[in-house]
Amino acid sequence: MQPRLNLDPATVAAARELARRAGQPIVDMARTHTTVSVERAVLRLAGLTGADPDGMPWVNRLADAVRDSVGLEHGVALPVFDAMLAFGHPDLVSLAGAAARGTIRFIIPEGTREQAARAAAARALTAGFARIDAQRAARQRLIGQTAQPPMPWIYLIVATGDIYEDIPQAQAAAREGADVIAVIRSTGQSLLDYVPEGATREGFAGTYATQENFRLMRAALDDVSRELGRYVRLTNYASGLCMPEIAALAGLERLDMMLNDCMYGIIFRDINPRRTFIDQRFSRQIHARAGIVINTGEDNYLTTADAVDAAHTVVVSQLLNEFFGHEAGLADGQLGLGHAFEIDPAVPDSFVLELAHAQLIRELFPGAPLKYMPPTRHMTGNVFSAYLLDAFFNLAGLMTGQSILLIGMMTEGIHTPFLADRDLALENVRYVRQAAARLGESFRPEPGGFIDRRAQQVLDEAVALLRRIGDEGLLNAIAGGTFGITRRPADGGRGLDGVTKRAADYFNPAADLLERDQP
Amino acid sequence: MTVVRPYGDTTGDGRVQVSFTLPVPYATAPALAEGAALQLAAKMGLDPAMVVHAKGMGPDFTFFIVYGRVSHVVDLDQVTVAEREYPLLSPPEVNRRIRAALGRKLVVVGACVGSDAHTVGIDAILNVKGHAGEKGLEYYREIRVVNLGAQVEVPRLVATAAAEGADAILVSQVVTQRDAHLTSAREVAVALGEAALGEAAAGGRRPLLVVGGPRFDPAAAAGLGVDKIFGRGTTPREVASYLAHAVAGSSS
Repeated sequence: MQPRLNLDPATVAAARELARRAGQPIVDMARTHTTVSVERAVLRLAGLTGADPDGMPWVNRLADAVRDSVGLEHGVALPVFDAMLAFGHPDLVSLAGAAARGTIRFIIPEGTREQAARAAAARALTAGFARIDAQRAARQRLIGQTAQPPMPWIYLIVATGDIYEDIPQAQAAAREGADVIAVIRSTGQSLLDYVPEGATREGFAGTYATQENFRLMRAALDDVSRELGRYVRLTNYASGLCMPEIAALAGLERLDMMLNDCMYGIIFRDINPRRTFIDQRFSRQIHARAGIVINTGEDNYLTTADAVDAAHTVVVSQLLNEFFGHEAGLADGQLGLGHAFEIDPAVPDSFVLELAHAQLIRELFPGAPLKYMPPTRHMTGNVFSAYLLDAFFNLAGLMTGQSILLIGMMTEGIHTPFLADRDLALENVRYVRQAAARLGESFRPEPGGFIDRRAQQVLDEAVALLRRIGDEGLLNAIAGGTFGITRRPADGGRGLDGVTKRAADYFNPAADLLERDQP
Repeated sequence: MTVVRPYGDTTGDGRVQVSFTLPVPYATAPALAEGAALQLAAKMGLDPAMVVHAKGMGPDFTFFIVYGRVSHVVDLDQVTVAEREYPLLSPPEVNRRIRAALGRKLVVVGACVGSDAHTVGIDAILNVKGHAGEKGLEYYREIRVVNLGAQVEVPRLVATAAAEGADAILVSQVVTQRDAHLTSAREVAVALGEAALGEAAAGGRRPLLVVGGPRFDPAAAAGLGVDKIFGRGTTPREVASYLAHAVAGSSS
């Protein structure tokens, strides 16, 4: 891609260096702590599935039992596999059942017992990663048998609450042109400290993320991919209190993209900042291994803060997401950095400002599959002007080479899209693509002109903010309301009680395998 | 009696436009599909009606845009307007009224009390993320939110409200087995009443008690001893507007 803006390379380099400086203390914290959900993800990767008769997953029952007897600071793997061997359980489900009945006394083994437990844990985790690796290979094979759709990928949402209703809707959306299907989660799932089990038919404004729902939907999309000769991707949400577990399930069931933002849960769901950052690093390591593209959530800032005044906070968050993502092993091609078309249409030159912002982000992250979100905030209920605004959004996306376009609905904010709303939205993007796809190649903002200057200004503001964040510390900046105009103190929010500092003998065979094999 | 009809381009022409989808195929039987649309239009009171656009969506559905003349008239004298006891305000207006009335932020303490672990409702109202396209109360600059989350014991809720200087307590109850939502609401009201007696002696004030949940009857507030009940489908803006109204009174 030819650069179209005259961004100062020294400023771009300074921005990345400042993001590293702001992010490194967070990485250091994540490397020295663990959480209940990280440990439960280890158990899931080791093959523990299912739930007790009350529906509480065995990973929760087992991790809680370990925590009650020896704490989590050593990691669950050593005490769990030691107990499995010592008490002669054939598998982890059997052990979890006994632990839930209170009949197991866990210890931190030493000597030969420790060696045996380490070896058993490593075998179980190696098998788990072999399954994730096989799914990654299966994705490549299926893309080879069908086809990789050209970018921008068309991203559509389904959300009925019932997985068996979602499936035909998702297949219909794929037939209508969707390249990516996102299944919105049930409201409030991010605040559950467990992952529900099995196929689910009831949700609040969305469908629960469960391993079985993932499997059912991926199988249905495999069918429709073969039918259409085009690989249709599946997206869900690795966010909330169970972020690492959902990342593991996504890898095991071959989801293709996952919403996984470094600060979304903190800002918008009031989840504890430390918990989020620790969970997130492990989640991203799993995503890196599974070949999953993450989607970050910067678009959300612009639903609370002003899209012009806060444009630089989007860039700051993207640079942080990039730093954290690279550190966890994600390649540029796996960084679906987010942004949005949310400037008030009443602002003069709003479309030109949108072009400046979108082009700036395209040039700052040339290798990233950028995810561009449609207008939501200034959708007034006038479906006719909404349709026009969505067309301008589609045009901005095409002109500035965005990679993933979430398709805007003219009935945004009124109801869950009708069948016809979705069809009209696809007609809109098809028209713009057919009419103006080549406009991008002739889009050359005048050097020193309005667009060029605006992009540089946003970058300069981002650098200034990153410098301030580096000085005061990222956790303090979040506490002070830097992002999404919401204040979140480092010791506030949900889930801090699930955070534990690692002991010197902390053992996490999944993390060891992920770090060892990291490219 | 004042009677009006829809206005297209001439007084009294009664012209309207509607769009809808029918579960009928278009490609195989376009005449049948359009006939079905016209029949629906006629039953909706459009006479004459004209299908100006019909498009198949997948094998099983057709989308229609129809123009027609409605035979109905509107009698303006017969229009009844449901009166909310408070006006629905925009977030800036809510902020303005709170600032004018209090000269400081309005403090809201929210919780799901007792055994209820379902924070869906309270989070939809309080979290920035919000609900139904509206931001939650955290988004309002002049509202300070303390969200205690799930399974909060009533004494802790009342104590926190006192410590935070709460202007309002929001209690959400989703679980309704054996009318648990009613029991919990009464329990909070009683505890708050007892606390307020002590406060009143010291010149304090009792915070507003607002309860919400899908099974509450919005008309039952007095019987439960609470100030306001919000039922199913309540949005954050309705709650914010109510709070602004309640603290600012009807004078502003």
